Amino acid sequence: MSFLLTATCAVPAVGAVVTAALPAGTTEARRRTSRATALGFSVAALVLAAVIAARFSPDGPRYQLTESYSWIRAFGISFSFGVDGIGAVLVLLTAVLVPLVMLASWHDAAPDSGDSVAGTPAPDGSFENNRRTQGFFALILAVEAMVLVSFLATDLFLFYVFFEAMLIPLYFLIGGFGDRAGGPEQARQRSYAAVKFLLYNLLGGLVMLAAVIGFYVIARDQNQGTFDLQALTRAIADGKLVIDSSAEKALFLGFFFAFAVKAPLWPLHTWLPNAMGESTAGTAVLITAVVDKVGTFAMLRYCLGLFPNASKFFAPGILVLAVIGILYGALLAVGQKDIKRLIAYASISHFGFIIMGIFAMTSQGQSGATLYMVNHGISTALLMLLAGFLISRRGSRLIADFGGVQKVAPVLAGTFLIGGLATLSLPGLAPFVSEFLVLVGTFTRYPALGIIATLGIVLAALYVLVLYQRTMTGPVKASVSGMPDLKARELLVAAPLIALTIALGVYPKPLTDLVNPAVADTLVQVHRTDPAPVHPVAATPGGVTK
Amino acid sequence: MNSLIPLLIAAPLAGAALLLLGGRRLDRSGHWIGVLAAAVSFAFGLVLFFQMLGRPVSQRAVDVKLFSWISVGGFQANAAFQLDQLSIVFVLLITGVGSLIHVYSVGYMAHDERRRRFFGYLNLFLAAMLLLVLADNYLLLYVGWEGVGLASYLLIGFWQHKVSAATAAKKAFIVNRVGDVGLSIAIMLMFTQFGSFTFSQVFAAAPQESRGGLTAIGLLLLLAACGKSAQVPLQSWLGDAMEGPTPVSALIHAATMVTAGVYLITRSNAIFDLAPDARLAVVCVGAVTLLYGAIVGCAKDDIKKALAGSTMSQIGYMVLAAGLGPIGYVFAIMHLVTHGFFKAGLFLGAGSVMHGMNDEVNMRYYGGLRKHLPITFATFGLGYLAIIGFPGLSGYFSKDRIIEAAFAEGGTEGWILGLTALVGAAVTAFYMTRIMLMTFFGERRWQPDGKGELPHPHEAPRVMTLPMIVLAVGSVLAGGLFTINDAFVNWLTPVTGHSEGNSPLSSGTVTLITIVCMVAGIGVSYLVYGRSAVPVNPPVGSALTRAARRDLLQDDINHALLVRPGSALTAALVYFDVKGLDGVVNGVSATIGGLSSRVRRVQNGYVRSYALSMFGGTLVLVATTLLMRSV
Amino acid sequence: MNPVNYLYLAALLFTIGAAGVLIRRNAIVLFMCVELMLNASNLALVTFSRLHGNLDGQIMAFFTMVVAAAEVVVGLAIIVSIFRTRHSASVDDSNLMKL
Repeated sequence: MSFLLTATCAVPAVGAVVTAALPAGTTEARRRTSRATALGFSVAALVLAAVIAARFSPDGPRYQLTESYSWIRAFGISFSFGVDGIGAVLVLLTAVLVPLVMLASWHDAAPDSGDSVAGTPAPDGSFENNRRTQGFFALILAVEAMVLVSFLATDLFLFYVFFEAMLIPLYFLIGGFGDRAGGPEQARQRSYAAVKFLLYNLLGGLVMLAAVIGFYVIARDQNQGTFDLQALTRAIADGKLVIDSSAEKALFLGFFFAFAVKAPLWPLHTWLPNAMGESTAGTAVLITAVVDKVGTFAMLRYCLGLFPNASKFFAPGILVLAVIGILYGALLAVGQKDIKRLIAYASISHFGFIIMGIFAMTSQGQSGATLYMVNHGISTALLMLLAGFLISRRGSRLIADFGGVQKVAPVLAGTFLIGGLATLSLPGLAPFVSEFLVLVGTFTRYPALGIIATLGIVLAALYVLVLYQRTMTGPVKASVSGMPDLKARELLVAAPLIALTIALGVYPKPLTDLVNPAVADTLVQVHRTDPAPVHPVAATPGGVTK
Repeated sequence: MNSLIPLLIAAPLAGAALLLLGGRRLDRSGHWIGVLAAAVSFAFGLVLFFQMLGRPVSQRAVDVKLFSWISVGGFQANAAFQLDQLSIVFVLLITGVGSLIHVYSVGYMAHDERRRRFFGYLNLFLAAMLLLVLADNYLLLYVGWEGVGLASYLLIGFWQHKVSAATAAKKAFIVNRVGDVGLSIAIMLMFTQFGSFTFSQVFAAAPQESRGGLTAIGLLLLLAACGKSAQVPLQSWLGDAMEGPTPVSALIHAATMVTAGVYLITRSNAIFDLAPDARLAVVCVGAVTLLYGAIVGCAKDDIKKALAGSTMSQIGYMVLAAGLGPIGYVFAIMHLVTHGFFKAGLFLGAGSVMHGMNDEVNMRYYGGLRKHLPITFATFGLGYLAIIGFPGLSGYFSKDRIIEAAFAEGGTEGWILGLTALVGAAVTAFYMTRIMLMTFFGERRWQPDGKGELPHPHEAPRVMTLPMIVLAVGSVLAGGLFTINDAFVNWLTPVTGHSEGNSPLSSGTVTLITIVCMVAGIGVSYLVYGRSAVPVNPPVGSALTRAARRDLLQDDINHALLVRPGSALTAALVYFDVKGLDGVVNGVSATIGGLSSRVRRVQNGYVRSYALSMFGGTLVLVATTLLMRSV
Repeated sequence: MNPVNYLYLAALLFTIGAAGVLIRRNAIVLFMCVELMLNASNLALVTFSRLHGNLDGQIMAFFTMVVAAAEVVVGLAIIVSIFRTRHSASVDDSNLMKL
């Protein structure tokens, strides 16, 4: 038994503790130490994640590098870890994004940015101010650790605990750290956003807890009293664990509600624009690119794996919600005046695509959805972090306050455009591959929904290009005339993301190779196969190759 | 040697990467890198062409597979290229005209501080366009398809500080995206029906498909073609696209990119051949657009927008021809190539005029320029004669054959299409003569510029005139060369198939009528614009003229039908999201909060009342326990 | 003597204590009433111990005494400090423990 997975989760956790325990102080040297420490731990986690991906063999069993330590033996709860192809790519995504988020947020937690929830700046030398930098970076590491556990856990209870626990550091990240342009009104908005985020997700989590307990009780009555995911799915597949239809539906809804809030699926999305709008760009990326992925990931692994029949029963309804979300999010993005809220609504539209791909229950749909999680993470991180750089230069989030940036900061504008093009899924960039797979996968089974969802690509072009046009082109506004171009550190954040966007758009094979077997296994769990072509063509050279 | 095919794309792509990432160091020499990349690509194209010539007809098409691009279950997309007789025609047109326009741009953009970036975008366009015509499957074609859309977006909006340019660029991209929806869905439909979207496999399986399915695929492809080729109803972006620098208008919005729709239809001939209903839609779109563009071209005073109307109209001819099926595919492509020569030449001529006239585009402020710009006049004049179909020049050969093919469609349909095409020919002669007369003949109507100085028209530097001369030579000769021994028809027949059809009129009769129409168009135009002086301020004109000046109200219609309801819907949804959905959420929390504050009153802070409630609670508990026990 | 009588006594004492807690406002008196209730229950515990013939009740009584002693220490301290700040030992004066 290797300790690789435990170590990967433990490194950021230890990092969080170490960073938080570093000597407090507002001097630049103290803050630099804490930032460097946190960055070091996140890079170490990235290295371990890369090792996981390298050691994972796509041809092997679904869950690999498994570890298990007993925890609460009476209820069959254990610290079980295991990684499958879907988990592996998401672990990689998380591990790649967190160091970049840190680098992008380098100065976001400076003491002078401190406007507390109450609206009055914390006095110099106060505990809150002294520990601000350490706190911010420690909280990011804590989120990373919990997200990694969620992706790697193969124990239902363990997953639940960390799924819920990550709300706590996020609550503090949203509520405690925001844009520099403060003021009591904005502080009030931020506190509202943080509470809304917490309560909304907590509600979902509690419903899920009830379902988890209910599921355990049913399983125990059939002598399957365990939380071990592999044992449970095996028992379901072998017919040793039979849940009657109505109970299965109820349990499915309990799980799905929690994941749909976190994902977020229309109409449970209203916390996201607040949370992303009010927090720092780094936190917003953490929420939408990393944490929300736990929701969609869990739909794929837990909803489909544990409740195959209920999943099939509810799939059409969920697909309709997802398609509504695609168009609704895109239309609302068009109507936004605030850059960050625009990106948040765009994300809601993209989450619609992901959920649609999952519940279309075709290999293209689900592989596409998994790739979509990764690609959306990369493209949104790029767009959001660059938007953060833009906002921090001007001190405003309103689109109307910008104009002509392209003239004074061409590199910033150019990279922003690339981020935008990735967001609108331009072919050749990574998101196109996943979006097209999702659409094809949906179309083969539900043509009408596939067609309606495809209309979303026009709206995506609309909101991205309108945003670009209003902020970057046109005559230079006086307020942006002195705006500096990207600094070396900011370029260091954007460059890897751009490189990944292009590389994964041209050659997504490394990811699809990891993801495909896990998706095939999921489809077996739900007893679904891809619809066959109506008039299949015989394999000819240049055609079907494996 | 097939490895040259990827290099064909790689050369301009590398050029683009170098120029866009290279930074300021390349500002001084960057444009020559761009030219070099285009020229290298052209050289590769020539090598491939001569290799292809050397092979027997059955082995002319070659495939190159680079790598497996997307592979999920049955969904297999390869990065693979197919070079056949059709692709090579496009390759030579794109890289050839492309190289010339690169050279021209060296002069035209000499004073632009962002010239390096301009060449980077041009190179990017070449790479994407080559990918479009070389892909061996629809998905890879789609990458090139949107790639040229991106390049077009970047180049239309090249002068981003102008609000009009940025708006036009956005409009072009979004209208094109509507067409792209068609292409996306077509690919999905192919995958659902055939399990593949590779050209060879789809075409092989197409005969098994139902007529309805093929019609659907055909109509979706037509939607895509309408977007890219600015055909009715997705035509509205092309006129605005003239905001881009003139070389861009010449290369992208006249010679190459806008003809991609014709390529798509011709490439998919196996589908359209089996879907007569879809073909009918194609010819209708082509016929309507050819008149639409011609009418708009008659009314515009902006020389580039008049030429844009002409482009739309000429592409209408091509689409019409492609919709005729095997009778017309070859002539669609032939007209596409000759049009590539003469329209690029005309645009470059227009650029040269603007260069000499302080970037003035209004033809009413031109006049009498032939003495001042002799080379431009000569090349523009040859392009003019070519486009109106003057006997012996290239447009004569290609357009005449399309009109013949339209009649050859047979029946009432053939008569309607043939007559439409003839009317189009007459109108073409009218508006082109109008441009010619207003620009190069008549009185000087020059207006002082912003500084109060009259323009001093001067011939462009040699780096600009040279490409114009080459293109003019092409406009004169291409058509004739193509028709020697039916060379062009024989060349393409293996890919597209060809049949003569049975025309109710003899070939000679059609040619004669076409020439009469042309002369009539010239005559009317001369009466209006040649004999009397052109007013500097446009006359009010008839209702049709006024509508045509506004592009036949296309923007008003789009505004009324799409933009205004769309923004209303968006505003309504924003309101609904905040007040409706979020209102429910906040309402729930407010209700709970309100209830809590009522219940809170019970907590009055008096110790004795707490004690009382505890005491009461205990009593109740004890009583319950006793009662339970006694039961 | 019938040990059950001790239970009646304990019940009586407890009731007096409870009534005192509910009715009186002086913190010291309140406190004494609480003590009275505790001791009433102690008496009951010891009685039960005797009735059942084992020592469990007596052990519990010792626990109660210890807890009561600790409580007295803390409670008196609080009362004294409240008296110092408010110059009153009335429990109704300190009703700030509410939202």
